[in-house]
Amino acid sequence: MHRTKVRIVEEALDANNTIARANREDFDRAGVTVVNFMSAPGAGKTSLLERVVGNVPGVRVGVLEGDVQGSLDADRLASLHVPVTQLNTDASFGGECHLDANMVRSALDALPLRELDMLVIENVGNLVCPAEFKVGEDVRVMVASVTEGEDKPLKYPLMFRTCDLVLVNKIDLLPYLDYDLDRFLYNIDQVHPDAERLLVSARTGEGIEAWRDWLADIACAPQEIPA
Amino acid sequence: MHELSLSGAVVNTVVKHAGGRPVSVVNLRVGRLRQVVPETLVFYFEFVARGTICEGARLEQEIVAASLRCMACAEEWEIEIPAFRCPSCGGSDVTVASGEEFEVESIEIEEAACIAQR
Repeated sequence: MHRTKVRIVEEALDANNTIARANREDFDRAGVTVVNFMSAPGAGKTSLLERVVGNVPGVRVGVLEGDVQGSLDADRLASLHVPVTQLNTDASFGGECHLDANMVRSALDALPLRELDMLVIENVGNLVCPAEFKVGEDVRVMVASVTEGEDKPLKYPLMFRTCDLVLVNKIDLLPYLDYDLDRFLYNIDQVHPDAERLLVSARTGEGIEAWRDWLADIACAPQEIPA
Repeated sequence: MHELSLSGAVVNTVVKHAGGRPVSVVNLRVGRLRQVVPETLVFYFEFVARGTICEGARLEQEIVAASLRCMACAEEWEIEIPAFRCPSCGGSDVTVASGEEFEVESIEIEEAACIAQR
């Protein structure tokens, strides 16, 4: 036996990116704008969706709900009479901490794409892994709640760098916290100056109109074709 | 914890190129911005490689420094912390020059010695 070196130079996530492109093409054909919606656990993704999904003017929104286990979030959203499809990750290798392109592909048949203008894919709560895996989205939105601290953009730069919009949630709690909002926004500037930000509270409804308008805008805007 | 999925992606990439031959070394290039913990990746790689041609292979990781380039003034610099503003002109139109790699650079495979050299 002898050893031979074979040069490869291939991005190891190419397979995922290829499937993500296929998903994107299917979504584009169906005329559905796709949002990859991410955050740490408990930041308020589902609450912020509950506030808007049923009443984005002129836009039919559906949700693909990714969870390690159970359908608690999907049940909450289904009660608003919005099309919701549940995708559990625990059937795969020990319960994945994120959705990848293949998992989303496996859910395509179950999605009522013809009845939708927009699909929000609520990713598994996690600031690390979901940032690595494209799923076929047009835009990425993340929620960063003020109780998480102002240092998070510096600790999870990959996530903050890949998001088009950062929803700063739970701002009704600001009077009770030592959280420095200016510092947080400055930290976003450090890692991703172009990221849009909206200050919101799913609890009081503050900023929710702006969040809904943002969704309405991207549903209507022609999307760039990714390279 | 993304290392589990990442190591699966590495094994799949290697299997695609190895032509069924047993692999003894996998050389990876990992950019610092990918937030990969090298020891964790090795741990999962050994696990995921079981039962594949990568079983028992050594995973070598070349860590690629994170460097940025300013689109306004062409300054290029390495970063130790995630700060994406140009230190020269203060501009924010900055691209990542290196540090986002996660690629299989090469593999070393075992071949029977009797195969004629091409």
